[in-house]
Amino acid sequence: MPDIKFRLKRQDPGDKKNPEAHWEEYTVHYEGENLTVLEGLFYIQENYDGGLSFRYCCRASVCGSCAMYINGAYRLACQTNVKHLDADLITVAPMPHLPLVKDMVVNMDEFFAKYEYVMPWLVRHSSDPEKEIIQSPKERRKIDMPVDCILCGCCYSSCPSAWGEENYLGPAALLKTFRFEVDSRDEGWKDRKPLWQNERGVYRCHTIMNCVEACPKELNPTEGIQWLKRESVHAVRRKLFGKAK
Amino acid sequence: MIHHDVIVVGGGLSGLRAAIEAKKAGVDVAILSQVHPGRSHSGQAQGGINAALGNHPDGRDDNREKHAFDTVKGGDFLVDQDCAIQMAEDAPRVIYEMDHWGCPFSRFEDGTIAQRPFGGAGFPRCCYGADKTGHYLLHTLVEQAYRLQVKMYVEQYVSSLIVHDGVCQGVVAYDMIHGGFEAFTANAVVIATGGAGRTYSNTTNSLISTGCGMFMAYYAGVPLKDMEFVQFHPTGLYTTQILMTEGARGEGGYLVNGKGERFMERYAPKFMELAPRDITARSIQIEINEGRDIDGKGYVFLDLRHLGAEKILERLPGIRDLAIHFEGVDPIEEPIPVVPVQHYWMGGIDTDVDGATIMPGLFAAGECACVSVHGANRLGGNSLLETIVFGRRAGAEVLRYLGTLTDKRPNARTAFAAAQAMEQKVEEMAARSGTEDVYALRATMTNAMKDHFFLFRDEPTMQAGIDKLLDIKERVKNISLRWTGSVFNIDMIRTMEFEGMVDLALCVALGAIERKESRGAHYRTDYNTRDDANWLKHTLAYYQPGSAVPRLDSKPVTLGHFELQERKY
Repeated sequence: MPDIKFRLKRQDPGDKKNPEAHWEEYTVHYEGENLTVLEGLFYIQENYDGGLSFRYCCRASVCGSCAMYINGAYRLACQTNVKHLDADLITVAPMPHLPLVKDMVVNMDEFFAKYEYVMPWLVRHSSDPEKEIIQSPKERRKIDMPVDCILCGCCYSSCPSAWGEENYLGPAALLKTFRFEVDSRDEGWKDRKPLWQNERGVYRCHTIMNCVEACPKELNPTEGIQWLKRESVHAVRRKLFGKAK
Repeated sequence: MIHHDVIVVGGGLSGLRAAIEAKKAGVDVAILSQVHPGRSHSGQAQGGINAALGNHPDGRDDNREKHAFDTVKGGDFLVDQDCAIQMAEDAPRVIYEMDHWGCPFSRFEDGTIAQRPFGGAGFPRCCYGADKTGHYLLHTLVEQAYRLQVKMYVEQYVSSLIVHDGVCQGVVAYDMIHGGFEAFTANAVVIATGGAGRTYSNTTNSLISTGCGMFMAYYAGVPLKDMEFVQFHPTGLYTTQILMTEGARGEGGYLVNGKGERFMERYAPKFMELAPRDITARSIQIEINEGRDIDGKGYVFLDLRHLGAEKILERLPGIRDLAIHFEGVDPIEEPIPVVPVQHYWMGGIDTDVDGATIMPGLFAAGECACVSVHGANRLGGNSLLETIVFGRRAGAEVLRYLGTLTDKRPNARTAFAAAQAMEQKVEEMAARSGTEDVYALRATMTNAMKDHFFLFRDEPTMQAGIDKLLDIKERVKNISLRWTGSVFNIDMIRTMEFEGMVDLALCVALGAIERKESRGAHYRTDYNTRDDANWLKHTLAYYQPGSAVPRLDSKPVTLGHFELQERKY
């Protein structure tokens, strides 16, 4: 029956008496050997402070709700077992560099606005066949990585290029761009190109690769962005010199 | 007050598909969802979605009729047969549509959508995207909703329906980001809020699967159907109850007991591990109860090792990640400890094949609804199908209904009063002097459901469970809110939803003790056979204001296509 200390960054900007960020510590008690950070937050909400706010949904690392900054790294609270942190103190803060709503809840409006901006849907100009659009397993494998994105926001919050330029699309929206541009069924290259082939799109990525480190699903947004850069160069080359032999 | 022609409550697959259908026709539609739609519980579905496409080499003789029959038999003949036929009929077109919208299905060598065998199905007809089919379908529909510019109100907790003169005219919602309750008026409301798995302490469901849409409709006088039929999935992870897809067995995984036996041989010699879920789950529990579990630890093994690393990495990568992260077991190296756990809600808001309820203006689709296409036991791969087929049908029915309306102005006074009533309710909850601990009480209830209304039921056990629930129902009145702040108040949401969950639990309990037979997932040791003479009928539960328990009624099952037969696998 172990106890473990949690240290939470608390802030309620709407609280007139105490609108500033501050840290609070709580002792979390649990049975057995497993406790996820999300379970710890529920324990605190249920036993110490009903007013603690955090997002939650699937508790199985597939919905992307509970991305937080935990013991110095981007993690999903539900996927993080305290025993794997190997620490006496569990420090939990909201994802940095995003506007705060309250406690662990950050405002994701801009994140989703950029997602929506890149036309994150399959663009088709030819008419659809009666049955499925044929796609070979080899073509399907090209989208294996990006289709697993859960839109948790870890990469976006971690990206120094996004901190400095608020109009930069960021790794999540560009990974989604890659997901469609690389899909053999998609016909949206010309439609999307002006959205990402510029200094607020792929060329703002300086391959710092924080996004790769931050991604709790172990995806590689940088790889997708580099593919887009490469393809845009290839497209120009093909236009000037014709198809490579 | 905000007005839209159509309001869809819930942004999972059913809600999105309904909204898309209405939006495509140019209707003003808005989705209200407790979470961003991309985070909905639909995304947790893993194994696949059924449609008789015949892409699999062993599925060339498959057809829609056989899909419908497997569904009816799987549901132990409590399925409305015309509805199952309609679902099987609609299945291929909605799958192709999802492909045309970009859903990343896995592929066969010839480039067609890959299909795998699934429980209770005569042919391999379960279309899949690795073991993340729900996630892929969900994101595809979210993308289409953005493409069509469906209005989304995200992080709105819908708390009640607005009903004027017996007609549904909108909803009241708590704005989690900005605080406060607001009335959203509409000419039609589609409830698509998913199941109520969280009424059980052992469940695969998301933390938001609380059945809120069901109890909203129930309180408004719409009956809930077949609530005693709750599906328990054979393979939840031992410590966290996280789902291990049936697809793991579809790909050839074994269930093994403490003696190293593939024990399904004793229970379903022909279908083995791919027997329907009710039978497989009970078989596992019998092994555990009779001491053939693994080292007395109360679980059996799901063994995938013989499939080999390559197949596991290609077909079941999500399962592997979940087992590693949440159980510390790599299925390539070790078998996975699993137990049966609550998984799916066959019952729900009573609707017809087009999602219409008895209340004009109110529609429902998906897990919160009961059409019924699942009867007493749902087949794997049919829930994702249900969401898209009946989401689409509900959307189309809403369009037809709107066309019949002559007066499209919801009553403003009623709407305003409904929002006021919610504000007052919260004030009243905050002012209660009681000292009941909502979270302790919630744990008591969810454990009571697990202990008294699980795989094996009998009269004394269920009666003891009902006594507990009635006591809890009484004690709910003494819960007061711990925090009354307006922004992201999860204490208020969790308290409000708990009150509704107690009433859903009582519907399960009363329906279960009343139904004196065994059918599908409802298995009684004191009435252990199916009794078609007396019980081939749906249960209806009506809310009775002032009473702790529902009024029960029944209605006939639609038959006429398939002969009743004994269920053997």
